[in-house]
Amino acid sequence: MSEEHYLELCENPVQFEHASSVNNVFFDEANKQVFAVRSGGATGVVVKGPDDKSSVAFRMDDKGEVKCIKFSIGNKILAVQRTSKSVVFPDKRSLKLLKSQSINVNWYQYCPETAVILLSTTVQGNILQPFAFRSGTMSKMSKFEIELPVVPKPAKLSLSERDIAMATIYGQLHVMYLKHHSRTANSTSAEVVLYHLPREGACKKSHVLKLNTTGKFALNIVDNLVVVHHQSSQTSLIFDIKLKEPDCAVNTHQPVLPARSIHPYRIPLSGPAVVPSQPPVPCQLYSSSWSVFQPDIIISASEGYLWYLQVKLPPTVNLLQDKGKLMDFLLRRRDCKMVILSVCSQSTRGVLPVVATVFDKLNQVYKEYLEAEQSYTVAMESGPSRGSAAQKRPVRTQAVIDQSDMYTHVLSSFTERKGVSHKFIIAVLMEYIRSLNQFQITVQHYLYELVIKTLVQHNLFYMLHQFLQYHVLSDSKPLACLLLSLESTYPPAHQLSLDMLKVSLARCSSQITVPSLETRCCSTRCSGRSSRETSG
Amino acid sequence: MASGMQEKQYTPSLLSFFIYNPTFGPREGEEEKKILFYHPSEVEKNEKIRNVGLCEAIVQFTRTFCPTKPAKSLHTQKNRQFFFEPEDNFWIVMVPWFETQCIEKPNKDGKPPTIEYQEEEILDTVYGAVVRQCYSMYKLFNGTFGRAMEAGGVELLTQKLEKFFYRYLQTLHLQSCDLLDVFGGISFFPLDKMTYLKIQSFVNKVEESLSLIKYTAFLYNDQLIWSGLEQDDMRILYKYLTTSLFPRHSEPELAGRDSPLRPEVAGNLLHYGRFLTGPTNLKDPEAKFRFPKIFVSTGDGYEELHLIVYKAMSAAACFMISASVELTREFCEQLDGLVGPQLTLLASDICEQFTINRRISGPEKEPQFKFIYFNHMNLAEKSTIHMRKTASVCLTSVHPDLMKILGDINCDFARVDEDEEIIVKAMTDYWVVGKKSDQRELYVILNQKNANLIEVNEEVKRLCATQFNNIFFLD
Repeated sequence: MSEEHYLELCENPVQFEHASSVNNVFFDEANKQVFAVRSGGATGVVVKGPDDKSSVAFRMDDKGEVKCIKFSIGNKILAVQRTSKSVVFPDKRSLKLLKSQSINVNWYQYCPETAVILLSTTVQGNILQPFAFRSGTMSKMSKFEIELPVVPKPAKLSLSERDIAMATIYGQLHVMYLKHHSRTANSTSAEVVLYHLPREGACKKSHVLKLNTTGKFALNIVDNLVVVHHQSSQTSLIFDIKLKEPDCAVNTHQPVLPARSIHPYRIPLSGPAVVPSQPPVPCQLYSSSWSVFQPDIIISASEGYLWYLQVKLPPTVNLLQDKGKLMDFLLRRRDCKMVILSVCSQSTRGVLPVVATVFDKLNQVYKEYLEAEQSYTVAMESGPSRGSAAQKRPVRTQAVIDQSDMYTHVLSSFTERKGVSHKFIIAVLMEYIRSLNQFQITVQHYLYELVIKTLVQHNLFYMLHQFLQYHVLSDSKPLACLLLSLESTYPPAHQLSLDMLKVSLARCSSQITVPSLETRCCSTRCSGRSSRETSG
Repeated sequence: MASGMQEKQYTPSLLSFFIYNPTFGPREGEEEKKILFYHPSEVEKNEKIRNVGLCEAIVQFTRTFCPTKPAKSLHTQKNRQFFFEPEDNFWIVMVPWFETQCIEKPNKDGKPPTIEYQEEEILDTVYGAVVRQCYSMYKLFNGTFGRAMEAGGVELLTQKLEKFFYRYLQTLHLQSCDLLDVFGGISFFPLDKMTYLKIQSFVNKVEESLSLIKYTAFLYNDQLIWSGLEQDDMRILYKYLTTSLFPRHSEPELAGRDSPLRPEVAGNLLHYGRFLTGPTNLKDPEAKFRFPKIFVSTGDGYEELHLIVYKAMSAAACFMISASVELTREFCEQLDGLVGPQLTLLASDICEQFTINRRISGPEKEPQFKFIYFNHMNLAEKSTIHMRKTASVCLTSVHPDLMKILGDINCDFARVDEDEEIIVKAMTDYWVVGKKSDQRELYVILNQKNANLIEVNEEVKRLCATQFNNIFFLD
């Protein structure tokens, strides 16, 4: 069953002293730091973040219960809140009021990555007003309404802070709403509704994620996937908002994979622990003491751990039967290369239509990258353009699988596999070549060489001949030389190689001497024979 | 031209055609047993025996001079006989009849005109090839003579020969046999790489889904695109398809909408596919059907296969399945469902590509050149001289005399292994150029007033550069 867990907690969590009667734990979402405050700070405050090599420890006077405590970037300035209306900076500094706004707010949420704050307004609380902070200014964004499943009468606060989260998915800011009861009559299960919040313009409802169950949920975002944790079943679901569902309404999504629990976790024996090493115990997943923070953080205050949630791609391969959908899913993930190559290898044990689909999916991405590279090269060569921003060099993600990758990891070993019919081997190779051609990608000559070698190995000369006749195996000098070398096994290769040399030479103007070419004795006879002319 | 002389066109037909095996009646009085097939059958028995005996004698006689290569033809004053021994001791003899093969040459001094027989008009190679083709065609549908002997002795063999040749000889049109019969080539359909790969993909997928299929061939417009069979088998199958099967089915297709000849629409509006062999109407569960059986060579012998020919618009796919398998209606429905839609799509793709290519390459650059091209290696042939090739007619746009010259040049080529070029000045303004380079032969007919050798040579070079720019011809 361990093969089926596609989510896991990171290996090296941040450890801190667990919450207790004397120790309060605070988490700063912006810097992702955990503050363990003992006795109001009198006996010590230990600050630990995932990027910190070691923890920061200090003391401060116990001036009452700490409600909130944070550091600025670089741990330069400490801010402590002890009352509901004041914030204390222990070091004397000066503050300047930049802007003020007067609104009735029920609650707020702040997204540090995008520097956007979301305020819940109105009695029902479902009109959300975002503000964006940018280079010292605060600008009002368009407010929007969250559709409530039930309109309460009389009006009361119906949208809780717990049901809203903000996250960046595929580079776009979304507001996620955990809707517990759908308004539609025939469905009582929960769903997550995504609202796309653009920098400029109106916020619109963009996606609906069907959970097909009810209960308590928590949300994370990992590798552009929406992860929904379900406490009662102790499982999680993932959604990819770019996967199109053929059977559902537009922008409605079902989970990509069947629900599975996060990979079982054993607390490590050693680690950069503040307190003495705790004995290894299996960690209780989905516990009620878990707190989930955006985008991918899970904290267990009672045990003293901060984890990053991660996706494990290899188990997804066997859980998704539709290989086209699997490829669409994998090609959007960060560390996908080796998994995709394993899917390719696996598909060569199946049927041709699936092989064709798999190849087409990855070549689509490969082509897009090649085109981006090419337009960048052209832009660079034509010099800096007037006014427009400098083009960024396209990044080659792991999803770009080129011919060299396919050759090395998939095709080369496939052609050597025992017990496979030679017709099938050739069919798979030709399918890859067809796919490359379909996307107008130039086929590398070593692939043609592989085809020729395989055809010759199995004495499929009549196939070789036909492929060459139709120039399916593109003419090139290396191929022509390979054909010449085959002459002893297959005499017609001589004619084929001469033809190919002629075409290849015509393309480039250089002369090539091929030592193994025998000059043929050619006689030209010319006769002025007249036929039976019946003229006298 | 001398006055009063007439030169008539020669139009050969079949005088006689017989098959014999001398070992079946070696003794005196048993001669009739040697004869396995004789056309025309109404000829008197003794005459049959005499004719066979003569051939036997000639062959025996010539064997003394060359044991390995006995006589191929016999030239007499009035006619020719062509011999072919396809299997040990089995002989096929063909005697064409040339209606007017004599010329009356008026003599001076009031003597009766001398009759000259136009012996040279007839090329051995052409009719020798026709005899071979007769055997190949028989073998395609019946297997070897030896196989019939094993299965049912002389009786079975004579039955099969009678059944096959009685019909086949009626389709022989000797007057239209020419150099192309010597080649027995295959015309390939020109196609761009992408469409070719799509067809490959289609063939591979069908063979995978319907694992019973052993071999596939794909044709478009009577031209071959892909063959899963070895060359020799494909070449005779191709001849059968293009001269017999396709013409038989294309006439109804061309018929008008209301014509009773129009093939019954399968009722399937999803695709245009239908069976050319086998079930004509899949919807009728009572209708019986069978597929023709063919024999193709394998490593160590022959295998018998069902021949399924399935067509959608101008694309035809041949599927060959082992004859030991019984093909049911369900299988045909499965094939129809799988292949019909895909083949229809492919056919329209090919048509589209072809139209695009023609537009790109501009107006026909061919008409100015009359040529025949043949490559011994892949049997690819191309002719701008021959028009529509059907079972009944094969029109050529050049004078038969010129075709004869082509045949002569071909004979010359066959005699030596080396590459050659032969230029012939024919009658009036015609020049014929034959070029042989490494298994390829090219024949060009040029009609140029007052041209000389150098100009002709240049013209041919130009042709090679434009039409055959990706083929290496030694100059």
